[in-house]
Amino acid sequence: MEPILSISNLTKHYGAVRAVNDVSFTIQKGHVYGILGPNGSGKSTTLGMVLNVVNPSSGSYSWFGGTTTNHDALKEIGAIIERPNFYPSMSAVQNLELVCKIKNIATTKILEKLEVVDLAARKDSPFSTFSLGMKQRLAIASALLNDPEILILDEPTNGLDPQGIRKIRDIIQQIAGTGTTILLASHLLDEVEKVCTHVIVLRSGTMIYCGPVDEMNKNFGSVLVNASNKEQLLSFITTQDYFGSVTDSADGYEVVLLKAIDTAQLNELAFKNGIALSRLAHKKQSLEDQFIALTKNH
Amino acid sequence: MKRLLDIEFHKFKYSKSSKVLTIIYLVIVVLLMFTGLIEVTINNFTGSLSDLGIFDFPYVYHLSTYMVSFLKIFIAIVIVSLTASEYSNRTLKQNLIDGLSKKELILSKFYLALVLALLTTLLVFLVSLSLGLVFSDYTEATAIFSNLDYFLGFFVSHLLFFCFCLFAGILVKKSAFALGFIFVWWVFEGILRLISYGIDLKMDVQTYTYLENILPLESASLLIVEPFSKVSIVKGGIETLSGTFEKDYGVHWYNVLVCFVWSALFIYWAYALLKRRDL
Repeated sequence: MEPILSISNLTKHYGAVRAVNDVSFTIQKGHVYGILGPNGSGKSTTLGMVLNVVNPSSGSYSWFGGTTTNHDALKEIGAIIERPNFYPSMSAVQNLELVCKIKNIATTKILEKLEVVDLAARKDSPFSTFSLGMKQRLAIASALLNDPEILILDEPTNGLDPQGIRKIRDIIQQIAGTGTTILLASHLLDEVEKVCTHVIVLRSGTMIYCGPVDEMNKNFGSVLVNASNKEQLLSFITTQDYFGSVTDSADGYEVVLLKAIDTAQLNELAFKNGIALSRLAHKKQSLEDQFIALTKNH
Repeated sequence: MKRLLDIEFHKFKYSKSSKVLTIIYLVIVVLLMFTGLIEVTINNFTGSLSDLGIFDFPYVYHLSTYMVSFLKIFIAIVIVSLTASEYSNRTLKQNLIDGLSKKELILSKFYLALVLALLTTLLVFLVSLSLGLVFSDYTEATAIFSNLDYFLGFFVSHLLFFCFCLFAGILVKKSAFALGFIFVWWVFEGILRLISYGIDLKMDVQTYTYLENILPLESASLLIVEPFSKVSIVKGGIETLSGTFEKDYGVHWYNVLVCFVWSALFIYWAYALLKRRDL
């Protein structure tokens, strides 16, 4: 697989503060990556360094296997950092024309991209008259102008209302569907969970995990089971080796799994033991739970 | 170079302040052209200003380059605000992310400064040429094509000032403060000159002449010295008061050189500053 971005031992100090500490990872083509981390964990600084706006204290990075200079590589990338930055007195179209000039591409795709983000009707209004959601959508249109190899989004839904968040998320999913590589930094975990296949977890500048979402914690989730005879059910549970700790709740027992199981087999086995399950549900651990567990461990 | 100029002109074209200030600049230049029609009374002389011979070739070149020079502050504000607003709108960051290198960014701003300096020089040349053709008593080719070095002086002093503004915009990041910085620097140069004048008086040395030729703003202002004492009626007045009066009105090569060196330094410093900074 082609690497799009390789980062090795990237470090940034601000005085005595280590904002990013010895971070290394590789972004492969075609995946959707999420960079997770609490506020101030170094997400934006890491992105700032690979986007040529923050000077690294040490370490290095290379785009597309290092075949082009960094600023030429950035012409092939679409990126939005923190909040949308455009010239206030220029209209949407004029702003995008400028981006085309910088990226050295034809201006023919401007209208098409404005349609994608639902801004075609406001194409001639000055940027200063836009709402935050519209500004953010214009930023996405601008990042898409060159049909980028990789789209980098830093907190794209920050400060938006629910409709705005939904709209941005739909656009991201639509873009991910076209096979574009995406790198999404966010502290909103359900956002990342919905679109990402891989995650990179940062905590106070240090990378603590990098890999597929499912393998983040060696974890098989839990099952919620219930039966009319709860005592019999409990004794059945304790005899099975794949069941871990049990929590009693009004809905039944929530049992942590120690290995992957087939719920149909479990049902059959329980029935053979004379227990008719009135409830059986497999719950995967949410990304949020995994993330909290992971950041606690370290 | 064409791409970088295109980028910077796009920003210039669609910025409100640059549009307004450029129009003000042009309007004032045109208004100045009509001052030749103003009736004045000096000593026992009455008539329009053009009758004083101030629009004669080649004197008109000296006068108009000197007068129009004061207006460069309008263009300077454009450059300062175009540069500093890139910081306040954070578009500088976005430009870099979009694939402009820091070097290209400074170069594109420098090219704009260069082109604006060339355009204002061309403008003042056309204005003084037409003033001369209308009002001058002699319109021989030798007169028309003499003393053209004032335009070199005009161009160089503008280029220096624009480069200084660019540097101030990058250094200070806020338009108003950057303009303040330029003013403070100008006062600072004045204080330095006063000190050196004092030293010269006390110690009997010649620091003042060196200093005024080395300081950027002062050296630029020495490129074109005041033209008024050259007018026969004024000169006559001074001579009656203080005997003989001789003054060197030429554009000196060393001032031109000093200004070029400063322009290069300001651009380099702007680049070095930007390169070192995290945005």
